[in-house]
Amino acid sequence: MESFGRAFQLIFSGNREVFTIVFTSLYISIISTGVTACLGIPAGILLHFNTFPFKRGLVAVINALLALPTVVVGLLVFSLISRSGPLGSLNILFSPWAIVMGQVVLSFPIMVSLVYSGLSKVDGRFYETLVTLGAKGRNVLAATLIEARFVILSAVLAGFGRVIGEVGVSMMLGGNIRWYTRTMTTSIALESSKGEFSQALALGVILVTIALLVNGIIHTLVKER
Amino acid sequence: MKKILCIGIILFLAFGVGLFATGSGEKEMPANPRIKMATTTSTENSGLLDYLLPVFKEKTGYSVDVIAVGTGAALELGAKGDVDVVFVHARSKEDEFVAAGNGINRKDVMHNDFVIIGPKSDPAGIKSMKDAAGALSRIATSEADFVSRGDKSGTHVKERELWKKAGIDPSGIWYKEAGQGMGAVIMMTNDMQGYTIADRGTYIAMRDKVDLVALVEGDPVLFNPYGIIAVNPEKYEHVNFEGAMALENWIVSEEGQSLIAAYKIKGDQLFYPDADK
Repeated sequence: MESFGRAFQLIFSGNREVFTIVFTSLYISIISTGVTACLGIPAGILLHFNTFPFKRGLVAVINALLALPTVVVGLLVFSLISRSGPLGSLNILFSPWAIVMGQVVLSFPIMVSLVYSGLSKVDGRFYETLVTLGAKGRNVLAATLIEARFVILSAVLAGFGRVIGEVGVSMMLGGNIRWYTRTMTTSIALESSKGEFSQALALGVILVTIALLVNGIIHTLVKER
Repeated sequence: MKKILCIGIILFLAFGVGLFATGSGEKEMPANPRIKMATTTSTENSGLLDYLLPVFKEKTGYSVDVIAVGTGAALELGAKGDVDVVFVHARSKEDEFVAAGNGINRKDVMHNDFVIIGPKSDPAGIKSMKDAAGALSRIATSEADFVSRGDKSGTHVKERELWKKAGIDPSGIWYKEAGQGMGAVIMMTNDMQGYTIADRGTYIAMRDKVDLVALVEGDPVLFNPYGIIAVNPEKYEHVNFEGAMALENWIVSEEGQSLIAAYKIKGDQLFYPDADK
């Protein structure tokens, strides 16, 4: 209990290291989420509006990838961007960009899947009405996006929730470098391994707060629909 | 409202880019001011690097990205060309690393020693034994909990060497391979009130947080030397060899060495400089 008190003390004392760690975490996760949104939302929309052979198989695969373990993603991306790997010349291993890359891989299936399943829940009569009113191609797409904006937003937030809380990718690809790639989760792992539980707990409290906020937003949005 | 949000996000991003960009100091910056160093958990968990590297940065402008893993993993990162320099402690592995052409200019930096730590009650009765391998075999016989790093780190390599010397292949539920860093293993050992082998630096750094005492020390086989090796620039053109050598030369310089000797936690010296030879 005593360490809880010290945790709050750390948060409110404006400790520069804690601030940097929180900021790095947020910054990396926001970029990852942004990149994933740019890729995953269109992919989900394409998946919804097109029919092609093996589509159900593809959807099943994407859904299965929701359970992708972070360390496996870390390992895969590591072997890609290691100097001896095919993308080694990028020289991004052990940098924030390596974490971004891993987190994009991690959250892409989540966004595709949520956007796709969200769109398929839009009432079928919605399209019929649109078509009856003379809407074509682009208009249908635009109208659907407006109709499904909360679905898309909550898909994005779910992706964010996944990446802000993961530790496997950040640890393996970022290397937990102080002042550079140390995020809240890797820092919690490090501090607790050193027996510095109050520092770990302080970061844990911040992390949980952010996770709760994100989930609260999702919840409110879904309710609003 | 949306506008404010947008401006906020832009400011946040701009600030972040500033934070990520390597510091734009006033002093002369080296051509490539970032050095990636793979090292063992003991040098970081003991606080030594947090104490040394800011001084090195002040002097030379190089900032060192520390990736703290076990010695085995650190050498592996060096062999793959993913780091510029390795700072490790497992002499036999280091020599293999250099012989394989992965690294050059190996230098002795410092040493300390390993200690076998365990609970005050000492159920295996190893206190003050002078023979480390004998102590391990007594732990095995009594089947008291023993936590092994199990991660090919320098400490793990030493531990395996001792088991081999004792003629025992440890197995059974009392022998727990944690696969974690030194700090985490000491914490686990504390929770189980079992035994483990630790480098003295990390043990001293964590002594106040645990209820474990050093039971066996002083056996010459427990000697623990640390070496620094630059990754071979002929094998990997991209490595920051200049930076690696700047770090090597500084850490074995009089200044680096005297700083290492002066690093103390509550009056106890953690590492002893070695480079004067």
